[in-house]
Amino acid sequence: MGDALVLMEGIDKSFPGVHALDNCRFELQAGEVHALVGENGAGKSTLMKVLAGIYRKDAGRILYLGQEVEIDSPRAAQDLGISMIHQELNLMPHLTVAQNVFIGREPRHGAPFWLDERAINQETQKLFDMMHLRLDPRTKVADLTVAKQQMVEIAKALSFNSQALIMDEPTAALTEAEIDELFRIIRHLRNEGVGVVHISHRLEELKQISDRVTVMRDGRYIDTVQTQETSVESIISMMVGRTIYESSPELPENPDQEVLLEVRDLNRGTELQDINLRLKRGEILGLAGLMGAGRTEVARAIFGADSIDSGEILVRGQPVHIRTPRDAVEQGIGYLSEDRKRYGLALGMDVEANVVLAAFDKFLRALGWVKQAETRRTAQKYVEALAIKTPSMQQRVKNLSGGNQQKVVVGKWLAANTDVLIFDEPTRGIDVGAKSEIYKLLNDLARQGKGIIMISSDLPEILRMSHRVIVMCEGRITGELSSQEATQEAIMKLATQRGEIVADGGTGANSREAQFA
Amino acid sequence: MTTDTTELTTSVRERRALFRSDATQKLLAFAGLIALFVVFSLASPNFFKFDNIIGILLATAVNGVLALGVTFIIVTAGIDLSVGTVMTLSAVMSGVFVTFWGLPIPLGILAGLATGALAGFVNGIAISKMKIPPFIATLGMMMMAKGLALVISGAKPIYFNDTPAFRQMAMGSLIGRVIPGFEVPNAVFILFGAAIIANLILTKTVLGRYTVALGSNEEATRLSGVNVDAWKTAVYALGGAFSGLGGVLMAARLNSAQPALGAGYELDAIAAVVIGGTSLSGGEGTILGTVIGAFIISVLTNGLRILSVPQEWQMVVTGAIVILAVYADIIRRRNQ
Repeated sequence: MGDALVLMEGIDKSFPGVHALDNCRFELQAGEVHALVGENGAGKSTLMKVLAGIYRKDAGRILYLGQEVEIDSPRAAQDLGISMIHQELNLMPHLTVAQNVFIGREPRHGAPFWLDERAINQETQKLFDMMHLRLDPRTKVADLTVAKQQMVEIAKALSFNSQALIMDEPTAALTEAEIDELFRIIRHLRNEGVGVVHISHRLEELKQISDRVTVMRDGRYIDTVQTQETSVESIISMMVGRTIYESSPELPENPDQEVLLEVRDLNRGTELQDINLRLKRGEILGLAGLMGAGRTEVARAIFGADSIDSGEILVRGQPVHIRTPRDAVEQGIGYLSEDRKRYGLALGMDVEANVVLAAFDKFLRALGWVKQAETRRTAQKYVEALAIKTPSMQQRVKNLSGGNQQKVVVGKWLAANTDVLIFDEPTRGIDVGAKSEIYKLLNDLARQGKGIIMISSDLPEILRMSHRVIVMCEGRITGELSSQEATQEAIMKLATQRGEIVADGGTGANSREAQFA
Repeated sequence: MTTDTTELTTSVRERRALFRSDATQKLLAFAGLIALFVVFSLASPNFFKFDNIIGILLATAVNGVLALGVTFIIVTAGIDLSVGTVMTLSAVMSGVFVTFWGLPIPLGILAGLATGALAGFVNGIAISKMKIPPFIATLGMMMMAKGLALVISGAKPIYFNDTPAFRQMAMGSLIGRVIPGFEVPNAVFILFGAAIIANLILTKTVLGRYTVALGSNEEATRLSGVNVDAWKTAVYALGGAFSGLGGVLMAARLNSAQPALGAGYELDAIAAVVIGGTSLSGGEGTILGTVIGAFIISVLTNGLRILSVPQEWQMVVTGAIVILAVYADIIRRRNQ
């Protein structure tokens, strides 16, 4: 084997207050798919942004085909043949597909300022033909699905004759079928001799797509291994530096029989049909099902975010009328949306303001004067109780990690004296390491007598955390399982009760199951 | 893997939906303009008269030209509050060149355009290099241009009495010489000519492409290797040049550079752009829409005046129209 396509050595990069990369190394061969994994904040994206010319390295050197190169701008990287497809797609939604592909280097016609639109469209069509992609170059990007937009980004990268293609979490927003399509194109590129860097959180994908894996942790290079010779478990332990997934569930005892929340015959259009459920004090009730099964809709109906056609909700045995989220909060019900950043937090405000937000009335004097000492004290209390890692109460929430943001949301509901907490995908987008902290928190809350409904698409998570599991399919509850009865297979069967039962045994099936919704 | 057919059909369907909604928007503004014409024609016999129509066209010329420039800036998701007073400053500079210094008229016109472009260039530098929000940067330029116009002119109007050709340039009628009786002033053709040029720039040139790209996703444009700062500066300079042209037209029409005039014109220009369907969040807008928007404002003003609606109420109506136009746009987007 000759020189590596890309070799990065001794790369150092600091941002104010953060040593993001510490003596990092990375090697990419032509014609390989190289996965780059690590927890959030491990430095994967930063390292690749150095390679793509978005960040300047503080130290170290980059060799491209054996030659030392200085990459000081995205343009310089592109000129070498290095392109990066970012997590947030970088397209101009108002321009057409072809206009996006050729942005910044449009072919001219006649005069140096005159665009040659026909050439732009033709060249783009050629790229799509090469990728075996059927897409009209004149379509506006705003009208494409995320998956198709990603294809446009890939076409754009290819139009630079890219020899190295960096993809930052390309599968995060795609469906299973779209991922297959993406992988088909990635394999096609690999066979053409392109070196592909695949940054991913989804470890189950590694086996499907990558040849080698490089693991990073805390801004440092850990190791590079052959994918086929390495188990997912050992990659995880390299990522976190410790073994993380204990297989046995650690459920708190649940002796209390008081029913905190009961839902009777709840109906809402075709979304929800005859929903009945009971949640006891100190219980974690898992709500499982496929995407679109109606789990979030149940939560929203209980929380008063959506109106219901018929049905009854009882809190501590008393029938209540919940028409708005405010009513739900007064009844002691809190909902923690899966989209924390949009619905759960005021990101630009500090920790203190967020914690007291849902119970703000309690902190007001006459004329809307805020009792500052009290809000400070309350926030302090929950920051300590929940072990939220923040430099101060005045830290803006957007600067916290995903796990700590989740804890701030929990703190907010606890400050509002909530008894029933509905968690919608509580660990989505949270590091492997921080997950176990969230699990511990859920267990603690249950032990303290809260009732918890946990909606999750992560089957191991449901199995590990739930006292009982309710499974939904197409807006109906198709079954209830005790923690002894619940297995991945049993839940799958109920979740697909209408459709065909997925029988995809063996270890390879983990990939399917882990992201089965 | 043969998911191709489904993809194709979705994309076609999506495109049709888009086409439909784009067309509706244009139609809506245009239909609004026609409706105003019909209503005013029925309401007053004096409205649909040759002289009055010429009056409307002439009144649109200055605001229309300003709005053309503002269109580019708003498409980049920016704003320019300085167009009104930069117009005045440009008019004053034309006056300085032609009346004070006795230079030839073409140089005077050039001075007006260059003054506008220079002011726009300064706006662009403040916004792209100094990272000052467009609202603030152009607010500052608005004040500076106003002050400079007063200082340079000595706070007195500069008349073009010795150079009647300056006034003739805009107010004379070349076409009237070809077709007797059809005395449409040149200013109207200057507006249409400027609109055609603006449309070509926006749709066919690199500058236009990057104008849209900047408004659509500035960061993505930067990461694509486009020199975002330079192009943004160019867009503001272009907008300024249109203000300069507006200043020259204004001076020719009044046969004088009036240093106290101009404040408030920026709002009419912005209103015309917005009525024309250009999105304040950037990325989309058309020159045709802006021209229609500018005409809607002048027809409205003219028609209401003919119906003897007091000027105060004209403002109320215009304001309401702006809000309704934007609301219609929001409804359209929501349904999309």
